[in-house]
Amino acid sequence: MSMWKRIWRWADDELGFSETILPIIQHPVPRGVNWWYVFGSATLVAFLVQVITGVALAFTYVPAPNSAYDTIQFISERAVLGNLVRGIHYFGSSAMVILIGIHAIQVFLFGAHKWPRQFNWLSGVLLLGLTLTMAFTGQLLRWDQDGYWTVAVLASMVDRVPIVGHWLTQLAVAGQTIGGATLTRFFATHVFLLPALIFALIGVHLYLVIRHGISEPPQPGVPVDPATYRQRYHELLKHGEPFWPDAAWKDVVFALAVGACVVALAVVIGAPALGRPADPTIIQADPHPDWYFLWLFALLALSPPALESVIILGFPVLLGVVLFLVPFLGATGERAPSRRPWAVGGVALVVFTIGVLIAAGYAAPWSPDTQAQALPADVTQSLSGDAARGAQVFVDKGCIACHRIAGTGGRRGPDLTYVGDRLSRDQLTIRIINGGNNMPAYGGNVTSDQLSALVTFLQQRRYQP
Amino acid sequence: MNDEITRRRLLNNLSLGLSGLAGLVLGVPVVAYLLSPLLRPEQRDWIDVGPVDSFPQGRTVLRAVADPSPLPWAGQTAQTAAWVRRTAEQEFTVFAVNCTHLGCPVDWKPDANLFLCPCHGGVYYSDGTVAGGPPPRPLFRYATRIQDGKLQVQSPLFLQSGQT
Repeated sequence: MSMWKRIWRWADDELGFSETILPIIQHPVPRGVNWWYVFGSATLVAFLVQVITGVALAFTYVPAPNSAYDTIQFISERAVLGNLVRGIHYFGSSAMVILIGIHAIQVFLFGAHKWPRQFNWLSGVLLLGLTLTMAFTGQLLRWDQDGYWTVAVLASMVDRVPIVGHWLTQLAVAGQTIGGATLTRFFATHVFLLPALIFALIGVHLYLVIRHGISEPPQPGVPVDPATYRQRYHELLKHGEPFWPDAAWKDVVFALAVGACVVALAVVIGAPALGRPADPTIIQADPHPDWYFLWLFALLALSPPALESVIILGFPVLLGVVLFLVPFLGATGERAPSRRPWAVGGVALVVFTIGVLIAAGYAAPWSPDTQAQALPADVTQSLSGDAARGAQVFVDKGCIACHRIAGTGGRRGPDLTYVGDRLSRDQLTIRIINGGNNMPAYGGNVTSDQLSALVTFLQQRRYQP
Repeated sequence: MNDEITRRRLLNNLSLGLSGLAGLVLGVPVVAYLLSPLLRPEQRDWIDVGPVDSFPQGRTVLRAVADPSPLPWAGQTAQTAAWVRRTAEQEFTVFAVNCTHLGCPVDWKPDANLFLCPCHGGVYYSDGTVAGGPPPRPLFRYATRIQDGKLQVQSPLFLQSGQT
């Protein structure tokens, strides 16, 4: 026997790889475990990529407000391959959010959340929550203007919790203000606390997969019945195939594809450019969450103000409760999506709604345009006298921040390009003086000359074919 | 046989109990440490904003106010911004920059005589009352006083639901 073989024999005997580990890896799975099953392992691989690139970033990143931005800048611009590692971490987080979403949807549509895998669904829901929390806390660690003001917004939302809101806010920012202790707390949460919980839950999740086996492809007319399921499943396994390598090769190929995509994006597009460093004294800011939270951002922006607190605080709770109830409503019964129209419809509705809200979050028409400094030349060049002065008043008094004329200005309020066709002088005057419908009353803020000029300008805004 | 079962049960309960005790011995101090922001007494210091004469009357200006005892690594976050309005010779109103809707920083537009929030279009008049948009209440104000010819505000400077 060769020396290598002898060494392997000795190691294997002590470690028990062939005796204990290999049978687990090669455990039989039902036939028909196809490409739809790869998303769970892909999510795990995405997580491991995040851990590895995260550790690499932590070798340089310093989580204190006086160093965070500089160290990220160093990573992005000076460290060898630093921008690539940061880019992989950035695109990897998007990949992870997307994959965990697809995995949850696939499991749900295949009815794999039903008995006896209900506990696994619950552990998965917790993992989903933790993943989103990781994504949120990670964004803050950039400690740029967006990050700082996002913490201010978070604190403001948490403050709305009745009775304990004040204390929760102080806990969230680790003190009376957003300061030195805030960032270190978020760092420790993102790097130590949450990953520890995620690792533990992944352990539970995988243990349960081994215990109950990978679910067989659902078949219409074959509902889940606890009295007979285990027996039937066992029968299927008798004609099954070993997980490794017969089913696992698909997981490996897909994971490789995901990894290649993430690296390609990191190379071609690169990590996002850093915004300005966090500075509480710079108040020109318009904080935005990263894309995967834009749907919630839009949902809150579009909520009626009276319901806002209820939605901010109640919506996540409602979501959690619904997701927790899923494996218990319809714990048995049909698994095939062709026999579950409500399930399919529900998923389609959720995906569509989230997509629409993300698009709305990008457009953000509710945000005034703080950048608009002047009306376009083709609006102002033909003006003279009162109308020309009125056009200047329109800019000076901030109307342009909320109202659009000929494509320039905000969309918070109605488009005034052809307002002369809709409103008379009197109507315009009354509206400007009294405000209403989210518009301030300008009565005390504008002289009668300015008002007259402004109304003249707006009155001549008519459609010319 | 009975003796063995009783002994075994005793050992079982003892092991679980002691493990629980170990958890408490380690857990209580650590959890208290993590909750320390809640256990510290609230700091109420008067902080200088600037000489009274440096503020033009009837105008609203942005000032950076420094945390009286920041952590050494707090960097730029040792400062907070505030809008200072001198309404009379010896009368000042100092607003927090955080919009009362969801905390975004509001910007003062001197020509329009309004505060405008970039996030959801909240608008406030020069006295901080809501002119339009989603904010539920007027701008937060800090307690002020004039000491030795200097305008001072009282910490804490962060938004608090109890602040006027």
